[in-house]
Amino acid sequence: MTKADLVEAVYAQLEGASRVSKRESADLVELVFDTLKDNLAAGDKVKISGFGNFVVRQKKPRVGRNPQTGKEITISERKVLSFKASQVLKSSLNA
Amino acid sequence: MTKSQLIDAIVQKKAGLPRKTVEQAVNAVFDEMVGAMKRGERIEIRGFGNFTVRKYKPYTGRNPKTGQSVSVEAKQMPFFKVGKDLRERINKS
Repeated sequence: MTKADLVEAVYAQLEGASRVSKRESADLVELVFDTLKDNLAAGDKVKISGFGNFVVRQKKPRVGRNPQTGKEITISERKVLSFKASQVLKSSLNA
Repeated sequence: MTKSQLIDAIVQKKAGLPRKTVEQAVNAVFDEMVGAMKRGERIEIRGFGNFTVRKYKPYTGRNPKTGQSVSVEAKQMPFFKVGKDLRERINKS
């Protein structure tokens, strides 16, 4: 599934007063991910009920090893994004 | 940010569409993604990341508190891998 499929789904599912054009549907899908990205880039977490939470985590620097050469290197401090699926999503995958 | 804040933010950016419409669109997006994962499909969102469903075999685990063995059944879990663009943006902030 790609963004194009999501655009198609929004276009097909919105009915009556909520009908949108293909163009608007594409804009809406784009806005969903752009807004999520801006928010996460600002370090704020995102909670989508029934789906899951996206959290930006601060990682401390640590010593790692190059598995090929065995050489020790310092892995620098960084921020990573982690996704935790909601209980609802997890159980629907195992139903 | 919660889903309703996400909806509000989109309503602000996309002037002209009623909140109700945006709400339905946002719900459709997440519902579709859940549906895809249920079918075991991979979701690829350029610039954001990929969602895949990972299958886990059954294993014998332990309750870390009591040390008692518990058998964990085979299960499927959603997995998210962040896209390169977003990973770099987050790290820079």
